[in-house]
Amino acid sequence: MKLLEMNHIRKNFDGLEVIRDISLSVEEGEILSIIGPSGSGKSTLLRCATMLEQIDGGEILYMGEKAAYVAEDGRRIYPKGEEARKIHSCFGLVFQSFNLFPHYSVMKNITDAPITIQKRDKKEVYAEARELLAKMGLSDKENAYPCQLSGGQCQRVAIARALALNPKILFFDEPTSALDPELTGEVLKVIKSLADLQITMVIVTHEMSFARDISDRVIFMDNGVVALEGKPDEVFDADHTRIREFLGKFRME
Amino acid sequence: MNFTVMLEQLGNGMLKSLGIFLLTLVFSLPLGLLISFGRMSKNKLLQNIVKIYISIMRGTPLMLQLLVVYFGPYYLFGMRIGGSYRFIAIIVGFALNYAAYFAEIYRSGIESMPVGQYEAAQVLGYSKTQCFFRIIFPQVVKRILPSITNEVITLVKDTSLSFSLAYAEMFTIAKQIAASETTFIPFVVAGIFYYVFNLVVAVTMEKIEKKLSYYQ
Repeated sequence: MKLLEMNHIRKNFDGLEVIRDISLSVEEGEILSIIGPSGSGKSTLLRCATMLEQIDGGEILYMGEKAAYVAEDGRRIYPKGEEARKIHSCFGLVFQSFNLFPHYSVMKNITDAPITIQKRDKKEVYAEARELLAKMGLSDKENAYPCQLSGGQCQRVAIARALALNPKILFFDEPTSALDPELTGEVLKVIKSLADLQITMVIVTHEMSFARDISDRVIFMDNGVVALEGKPDEVFDADHTRIREFLGKFRME
Repeated sequence: MNFTVMLEQLGNGMLKSLGIFLLTLVFSLPLGLLISFGRMSKNKLLQNIVKIYISIMRGTPLMLQLLVVYFGPYYLFGMRIGGSYRFIAIIVGFALNYAAYFAEIYRSGIESMPVGQYEAAQVLGYSKTQCFFRIIFPQVVKRILPSITNEVITLVKDTSLSFSLAYAEMFTIAKQIAASETTFIPFVVAGIFYYVFNLVVAVTMEKIEKKLSYYQ
């Protein structure tokens, strides 16, 4: 079943076309990585999928249902109220800069949304949050505040926070770009463990070997379009000038 | 007049000063938040009206504003004023003036919040109102507390401007006694009163700041 479909997505910033007619879909249980040079529109695409940016063309479907689209007269149609909440509950997003709530403890960061928004039972949510923290290797940190944690720990809390809402699909926007190599390793390990749990994930990343290793499918974006798409080996070993240039540069770094 | 009688009269004045102080805060703190929303509104008309309001409130003397609020109804509508309206005029005048300053302080705090906090809340499903009151506002309070302290300390001293409407608060009474008894002592007592009052304010605010320092 297709969890997410994006058809003919366009996005401009002040007349500059950042995304030009991109279509993609994500199957249940699939792990999709999006790679490409900075400014190619990867993050913008993710922000469109998570409705942090409004699209200028095309349509977005979650679970086969139209979530947002641009009408023929150019109006953007986005869901409101209850419907919006339903669609938002389909996905979670992990940010590059974590965006934890600094005034909440680790526990409250994870449990506040399930309790206040999903109105779920407090005890049940807390029990689940403790399980998630254990999975993240942060059992001893539930009463800590974000400012007391390392970047890697913050990012793992952010992942737990997103998972606590039981999303169908989890987006990662360069989850390790703000971290040093050691911390990057611990976060990637956690993401890998999620892959083993068959959680559907879309990952924008600059970690090439990680993307190659973990993904079912890879999209290489360049200049606002999908330049290449396929199984990891097909993309990474492709005889395609642009990706060879891109990966070549990566190796030199 | 002996010293105890003087202190008793001044004590009554203190209570009235305290009343002006507390009521002004009760009204101006929430009103300031509302005004800051208007100031940041996407509606240009509303935004400009609020801008003009803040500009007038900050650009003219508070004493003049008190006189306008008190005498305005008479000169504009020929309404009979007096009695309890004196106190109401003082609270209205103070609240309107302080709300303008608080509004700008709130705005500075709200606009300094990183956009990532809004985005995280949005993706987690918080409504705009939930996001503001659960995520944004608590952090804004911490950020603006030092500026609020400044303003509150000024308010303690500004309550003495009520003498311009001859309202019997601390300063008005001190002035009266000083004139009728030709003594300087009431002013000394008044000075000590304002200083101690502000010391309490400063210490209290510092305590609140400390309480909020559990995160960065």
